[in-house]
Amino acid sequence: MLLAAILFTLGLIGLIARRNLVFVLMSLEIMLNAAGVAFIAAGARWGQPDGQIMFLFILAMAAAEVSVGLALVLQLYHRFKTLDDEAPSEMRG
Amino acid sequence: MDAAFYIASVVAIGATVLTITRTNAVHALLYLILSLLAVAVAFYTMGAPFIAALEVIIYAGAIMVLFIFIVMMLNLGERAAALERRWRTPGMWRGPAILAGLLLIEVAYLLLRAGNATGAAQAVEPKQVAMALFGPYLIGVELSSILLLAGMIGAYHLGMRKIEEMREEHGTHIDEGRVVASGDLVHAGADRADRAP
Repeated sequence: MLLAAILFTLGLIGLIARRNLVFVLMSLEIMLNAAGVAFIAAGARWGQPDGQIMFLFILAMAAAEVSVGLALVLQLYHRFKTLDDEAPSEMRG
Repeated sequence: MDAAFYIASVVAIGATVLTITRTNAVHALLYLILSLLAVAVAFYTMGAPFIAALEVIIYAGAIMVLFIFIVMMLNLGERAAALERRWRTPGMWRGPAILAGLLLIEVAYLLLRAGNATGAAQAVEPKQVAMALFGPYLIGVELSSILLLAGMIGAYHLGMRKIEEMREEHGTHIDEGRVVASGDLVHAGADRADRAP
């Protein structure tokens, strides 16, 4: 559980601190993996298979998320010629 | 058994810290793969061998290969080649190699040790997982299959938009037949016969 919390915090730090979109996606992967670690630890604690099943669902979701996210990164790179995540900010909010 | 879990945890945390502090994307990916492998070892010591195998195959295998492909696609050109020569300095591989060697020693110890398979107090077998997955959680399996289908279609659509834009930008430079063929995977390469080298 402590491992999951530390990994999640590191992923959050990376998500906030980095500006490169590829690093942001990698930090998202770290955070999803940390959530999976928490599920596995809980499942192992009570000896139930439910935790592993939730990890399987997290795995499928991470795969779908990263494929769409990387396609978006490719699109942004071809449109703005940079990976800075503030380049597409055109709303002037 | 606790010691094995803690060693894997320390390796995972150290590799994650190195992941989010690297400036080079490929080095960061190398450390991220190592972090996922360490988490897989931690799963193994927690009594989930099936999930440990899935972590290695899908996370460290498939998803990270996707990342590496994207990083390589974004770094094309002469500038990338010059950077590559500069990165290929001896010693860059030492950090990941040391951490991976630590994990390898740990896995070898766990596998060679006599006794039960995982060593955890209460291991959840893959059979229990499968019985629960295709029993009460069947609707979740169907929903995740729909999610994967949506992800595939979304990635395909976003990837295809690029070709349309290239066609608008370059106009006459791109052969019309090649664009149509590459946009249609079923008939891709059907027009190659008369043009093949």
